[in-house]
Amino acid sequence: MQPTQSSSVISKDSDLEMLLHILENKLQNIIIRLYPDKSGRAIYIEVSPDKIKDLALKLLELGFEHVKSVTGVDYPSENSIEVLIHVGSYLRTLRKYIVIIKTRLDRNNPRISTLTDVWPSSEFHEREAWEMFGIYFEGHPDLRRLLLPEDFEGVWPLRKDFHIRTRKPGEVEPPWK
Amino acid sequence: MEVEKVSEETLKEISREMFVVRDTGVKEEGERLLELQIGPAHPGSGHMRILAWVDGDIVVRCDPDIGFVHRTIEKLSENRAYIKTIPLVERPSLLDTTPMTIGYVNAVEKLMGLEVPPRARYLRTILAEITRIASHFYGIGILSIFLGHSTGYMWAFGDREIMIELATMLTGARITYAYVIPGGVRRDMPQNFPDQLEKGLRYIERRLKEWEKIFLMNPVVERRLRDIGILKPEIARIYGVTGPNLRASGVDFDVRMAEPYEAYDEIDFMIPVAEEGDAYARGLVRFKEIEQSISIIRQALKKIPDGEIISPQISRLFNPLMKKIYSESRRVKLPSLMATLKPPKGEAVARVEAGRGEALFHIVSDGSPNPYRFRFVTPSFRNVILFKYLIPGHRIADIPAIYGSLDYFPPEADR
Repeated sequence: MQPTQSSSVISKDSDLEMLLHILENKLQNIIIRLYPDKSGRAIYIEVSPDKIKDLALKLLELGFEHVKSVTGVDYPSENSIEVLIHVGSYLRTLRKYIVIIKTRLDRNNPRISTLTDVWPSSEFHEREAWEMFGIYFEGHPDLRRLLLPEDFEGVWPLRKDFHIRTRKPGEVEPPWK
Repeated sequence: MEVEKVSEETLKEISREMFVVRDTGVKEEGERLLELQIGPAHPGSGHMRILAWVDGDIVVRCDPDIGFVHRTIEKLSENRAYIKTIPLVERPSLLDTTPMTIGYVNAVEKLMGLEVPPRARYLRTILAEITRIASHFYGIGILSIFLGHSTGYMWAFGDREIMIELATMLTGARITYAYVIPGGVRRDMPQNFPDQLEKGLRYIERRLKEWEKIFLMNPVVERRLRDIGILKPEIARIYGVTGPNLRASGVDFDVRMAEPYEAYDEIDFMIPVAEEGDAYARGLVRFKEIEQSISIIRQALKKIPDGEIISPQISRLFNPLMKKIYSESRRVKLPSLMATLKPPKGEAVARVEAGRGEALFHIVSDGSPNPYRFRFVTPSFRNVILFKYLIPGHRIADIPAIYGSLDYFPPEADR
């Protein structure tokens, strides 16, 4: 979608207006903020971490039935980690929109309730978010490492204080030394 | 008449036995289970390990162990300029590179508000469809060799070569093209390209008929794939399955239709859907998609307009030498400003339909020359959940058939 077209899309798209209206009405007590992006295809929803399950159940009721991604963004300067959840739907009316749930957690002890019981598709994504950011999903049935080696130690890799160690010319990794 | 009372324990015993019989002979965990490690160096499985717990030869529990080639693309991109991440995103899925670059570049374009000229959008569409055909042939080849059908494997890799040669002609590189750049494409198509492409497409069409005889109507293939790994539409929906695997279960979702990017909204095409949801249907959908891709390429070649291949917002930064190269040989040499591209603060989401399904790109920009956070979800990573929930209940011999039919590509899930 081109930017020039998209600015016109947002004014023309009556479906989006209707969806935003429904979302605002249905979620008014739960969420902090709701806004679409410039192209009118992604809808951002900000929510506090303790209300995330209510929000998920409401979205599931509306027809957003699967999760496309669960991940985090690290903000060390604000001492917080933002959880990003991309939710989508295969229903004909909703398939062109992505709902992006944003919530802020304490960076020292990031804990949030799992959404695997609402959206089973988030199982592997939550495992990845746990090993990469250290976000602990309470009640997840099987929270183990997924991509990293089982004996990995140290800082959570996708946090900002993890630095990539570049290899010097001629340097060999430990097992082959 | 006095009825003999059955004790509660016996009732429990009976109900448990009934449960066992109904549930394809699966016993409760901890009883006579054998842990079986398939891979990571198994000739068929690629570098992925499947942990299977079996009772007899029936799989009770299955756990895919991915993560043998994790490349940390998301982390690497945080230390690189925006333009240098383009070759990175095409590494995970070496067979299907262009849709991935299109998705990433679309997200960057959304951040910067760049406009893409129509000719560039058509060229991107043509290349994306060429790689889709190549990717589907790869998938079919792997499925064939998993079934022990080595002719199918060799045929598929031979036919895939035609599409790779065509893409090489267009882009100058063999598999990692890096052809799509913010604002346009790297170079225009050569003069004899449309003729060669038409020749290649006609060859593929002819081959598809032979494929039907050797693969689709092959009794052995049918016997191995029919009614195996049935994925019901409602299950596919809640597990967030994507791509041909979803469409083989009767859900007609395709990003090219749902949220058209590049030139797809100007082209007529159909989304092949199968109702059965078994392994055979997944193979069939891939063949039907190749037919549709051929039709898309033909239409795009017919409709492609003349004009610029790079956005005027970038071409006005060209120095005289770059202008000369661009006007003489229609190649884009990027101005040095692109190396330190600084999109404004904000977020952008883009998604594309790659060969294996929907890929999602999310960039968080803080106004610096590197992305602050780049989230990249590949279709294989979303489909890997099927290994856990689709395989249990089947026999060990069915694991390769299901694996092959899912067209799973381990490096893509690993990223």
